[in-house]
Amino acid sequence: MKNEIMDQLEKSQMKKDIPDFRPGDTVRAHVRVVEGSRERIQVFEGVVIKRRGSGMNESFTLRRVSYGVGVERTFPLHAPKVEKIEVVRRGRVRRAKLYYLRQRRGRAARIRELRP
Amino acid sequence: MKKAILGKKIGMTQIFDEQGNVVPVTVIQAGPCPVVQKKTVASDGYDAIQVGFGQQKEQRVNKPRQGHFQRAQQSPTRYLAELRLDDAANYDVGQEITADIFQPGDRIDVSGVSKGKGFAGAIKRHNQRRGPSTHGSHFHRFPGALGGVGPARVLKGHPMPGRMGGEKVTVQNLEVVQVDAERHLLLVKGSLPGIRGALLRIKNSVKAQ
Repeated sequence: MKNEIMDQLEKSQMKKDIPDFRPGDTVRAHVRVVEGSRERIQVFEGVVIKRRGSGMNESFTLRRVSYGVGVERTFPLHAPKVEKIEVVRRGRVRRAKLYYLRQRRGRAARIRELRP
Repeated sequence: MKKAILGKKIGMTQIFDEQGNVVPVTVIQAGPCPVVQKKTVASDGYDAIQVGFGQQKEQRVNKPRQGHFQRAQQSPTRYLAELRLDDAANYDVGQEITADIFQPGDRIDVSGVSKGKGFAGAIKRHNQRRGPSTHGSHFHRFPGALGGVGPARVLKGHPMPGRMGGEKVTVQNLEVVQVDAERHLLLVKGSLPGIRGALLRIKNSVKAQ
């Protein structure tokens, strides 16, 4: 049950150009990083293992294995720090939260590509 | 200088600040509060202004109060409250207090009536610890010892179960994040007492310098 004023407030903060992506997809997030006085864009590519929340509060988590170490980063979907979200590959998965990928290594952690 | 206004809690959300960090905020509909009556040392023994807040149908207001509003030539409001400001003498009846008395970055104190919790145990009400759940324990959520045998009575003010919530709570030193004077909105960092739609009293913080 949301109030009209709250809706307007949240809408004004939300991004409108978010591509459609789901758990299982491989996504590239362009993140703005501030280093001292310099600002640059860092790209983090990984598998979407979850999307949670709704509206203004929605966030998503990307997982990638970097040099043999699993790295997971969670971003608010509407964060201004996330400059752009690019969908690299669509994956076919059978659940909404892909926590099982954490227990898998190498070939077992593959996700089948979604064929339209 | 003292500033105060009445408001209505609308709800919580989160917004992004300039750095892109998430800030949890509570949205308050603050004012407009028309001054309905002026109290002075000469007539009442102290200086204050009485302000109204919120719309109310005329038929819902009883006769004495209708007269009170008529005298001030104001349309009836749902709430009436007294604000004891230092500069109460500078206000006139009919003048409106609006949300723009506060600026982003100001520190405020907000009072309201907290959500009622009913008859609550000592764990919820006084933050006591619970006993073990298992291993043969039968001591789960009891209030524990009530005192020594010495006084042969329970000392006054001992933490025990009872009614919790539904009382006046003031949250101090909250930061104003955004002010929307047009829509009479205040966005305050952090949570506030009470249900959505609850009446709140907002004033500048006693702790802020």
